[in-house]
Amino acid sequence: MAKELYNTPNLDELEKGPWPSFVTGLKRLASDSHKGADMARDVLGTLETSYVTKKGYWKGGTVGVIGYGGGIIPRFNELKDDNGDYKFPAAGEFHTLRIQPPAGMHYTSTLLRDMCDMFVDNGGSGLIAFHGQSGDIMLQGATEETTQTIFNEFNAYGFDLGGAGPAVRTGMSCVGASRCEMSNTNEQAVLRTLVNAFLDDMHRPALPYKMKFKVSGCANDCMNSVQRADFATIGTWRDDIKINQDLFKAMVADKGTQYVVDNITSRCPTSCMTLNDDNSLTIDNKNCVKCMHCLNVTSPLTHNYIAKGDVEPILATGDDKGVMIIMGGKRTLKIGDLFGSVIVPFMKMDNADDLEAIEDLAGEVIDFFAENALEHERTGEMIERIGVVNFLEGIGVNVDPNMINSTRTSSYVRMDDWDEEAVKWFENKAEANA
Amino acid sequence: MAAAPIMPIESGVPDPIQYMHPTMRRNYGQWAYHDRPRAGVLHHTSKNNEEIFTVRCGTARQMDVYTIKKLADIADEFADGYVRFTMRSNVEFMVSDGSKVDALVSALTEAGFPVGGTGPSVTMISHTQGWLHCDIPGTDASGVVKSLMDEMHEEFTREEMPNRVHMTTSCCQINCGGQGDIALNIQHTKPPKINHDLVSMVCERPTVVARCPVAAIRPAMVNGKPTLEVDEKKCICCGACFPPCPPMQINDPENSKIALWIGGKNSNARSKPSFHKLVASNLPNNPPRWPEVGAVVKNILSVYKEDARDWERVGEWVDRIGWPAFFEKTGLPFTKFHINDWKGSRHQLNSSAHIRF
Repeated sequence: MAKELYNTPNLDELEKGPWPSFVTGLKRLASDSHKGADMARDVLGTLETSYVTKKGYWKGGTVGVIGYGGGIIPRFNELKDDNGDYKFPAAGEFHTLRIQPPAGMHYTSTLLRDMCDMFVDNGGSGLIAFHGQSGDIMLQGATEETTQTIFNEFNAYGFDLGGAGPAVRTGMSCVGASRCEMSNTNEQAVLRTLVNAFLDDMHRPALPYKMKFKVSGCANDCMNSVQRADFATIGTWRDDIKINQDLFKAMVADKGTQYVVDNITSRCPTSCMTLNDDNSLTIDNKNCVKCMHCLNVTSPLTHNYIAKGDVEPILATGDDKGVMIIMGGKRTLKIGDLFGSVIVPFMKMDNADDLEAIEDLAGEVIDFFAENALEHERTGEMIERIGVVNFLEGIGVNVDPNMINSTRTSSYVRMDDWDEEAVKWFENKAEANA
Repeated sequence: MAAAPIMPIESGVPDPIQYMHPTMRRNYGQWAYHDRPRAGVLHHTSKNNEEIFTVRCGTARQMDVYTIKKLADIADEFADGYVRFTMRSNVEFMVSDGSKVDALVSALTEAGFPVGGTGPSVTMISHTQGWLHCDIPGTDASGVVKSLMDEMHEEFTREEMPNRVHMTTSCCQINCGGQGDIALNIQHTKPPKINHDLVSMVCERPTVVARCPVAAIRPAMVNGKPTLEVDEKKCICCGACFPPCPPMQINDPENSKIALWIGGKNSNARSKPSFHKLVASNLPNNPPRWPEVGAVVKNILSVYKEDARDWERVGEWVDRIGWPAFFEKTGLPFTKFHINDWKGSRHQLNSSAHIRF
């Protein structure tokens, strides 16, 4: 029989209103008879205390599963009475298991139910976050003892722990090829190649700090990789945008010239689009930066003009697809915000050899990072400290003008081997064209 | 002899194909275009002339197993048994038969899951753990988000914004919530309060000294015990010392405030990605509903909705109209704190004759 719930007047306020309430969910768990119900009940008590005092009451510690050094977020309750006993004993421990989801976060109803049962039947609280900011399924609410049994069952089912601490972290890839016309690569395959090649660095944290992989299929970057990933892979293409001129003209006739100029051609960041007198479109493709805007606007309009059975949209991505790699993104601490910057402007990603090439590059980056970053320093901060040129030499990548917004404005640099560097440029170019 | 422990199977990221809707599997990499028949519904057509409809709805992110099983039941009864999550914790149900969409939308709405979050809407706020589970939070996350999403519920279910609005919240200045069109982050305003009795037992002192962005921490002796002290004139109250040294308590019920930042953008569409920028601070950390924060967010959103052009994200809108106009239109105060003085920030000053009158 479930115990009576604590009085939680503050949290009760969060049961009002139209948006789904996590408090209602927690109360449902706390009122139930499963093994972890008391933990949910005492978590509510702890959280209500936070709402009154405006303080947090969880501290870290060391909890893990056999064979791994990371992947569990330990939480011990700091609310204790004068005797040092937990005020909310059933929530004395409230650990989280980070579980890596299927790439692209696809689930069947059976998988969802089985995950719920595996968690609750082994003593978990029953609170699950889909998903944490790194992209993990977070099973929130286990004790040191139940952590192992819950993990064993998930692991036998085909799921593995994610990353925590100074380690390769759980990655994310977008919906991509499975349901998006903007996709330029096999996003989930790239993500699984990258993360699954470095599971040792995920499960046994020994890097200077975290290392995150994210994969977005186009420059819309739905995975926010440029800002959050040490190693961001973004799909793109090198050839021309495909234009269905008949549909484009039909759109201009319908929406009007002003709409098309205001929302499509004049919004192009490189002014590479011309609306012609006959309502057709010309694109200076050598000057297109694949920003995605014109495709974003026209894809949802296509259905208005396309004939039944036709599948060529108003505008479409090209055929010579691949990825670019942007490295070093992270947020504030410690040196200030850093976007990632271009390290590889283009690389084909069509077959197993291409996947192996990106895996090799990631290996070089992780090795260099492990050797050269300071403790608690992310890839971007390391690049900032040592300079991108040293980083490029370290990972064996040649300089490329796509890496910069502008060339140097300061003359304070020693350039006595200029001629050798100039020769390298021409040699590398000749090699690339060979 | 004791049984050998079970060693983990290091299987890594699971293959998603086995959990993917069959229409998505069949048309993998073959999608041609899409449209949105209504807010919350996507309709994709493939080069093989197959179609799939997606109905998107919001969740609380932190869900109890009964809520998750309810989603599974709806997937079985009204969809084809498949779902996927977006990175903003929305859940998507896929059906290959468009005639199933209306019943699915009704079932979700009746079960309390708001349908929306597509196109130019205010979608779910990506957020962090807060008081529920984090070890260093200045505020809650789920509660702030619940309060704000209640306020903006209608904008989630409609597509009436100039472009999509991606919001984030973060419970400390590490900013795990990430960049956002509007970001709500804790901003501490007082230096850490140090428990000198505990520092030498709990903290690796050189690590803590090294963590400070402004070199304000130095070793010291207090009451005969080795500890750390903070030069409060240099301290920027960022809280970087608190995670490696919990006795340096940065969270303060009254003096940890909430700041609002706008214009973060990850997409490369039109303009390059941009960081969010400070617009308001010193808002009270006021559970359980944070009304003062909600009021400023709604103010900014309503001005943006009224004033921005189609497709302009919040940051692009301000870039076009200029910061003086932003402060005039929103009525928010402009202060010396809005001017960035962190290293490398001088390029954020207006070094031109470009002034709007």
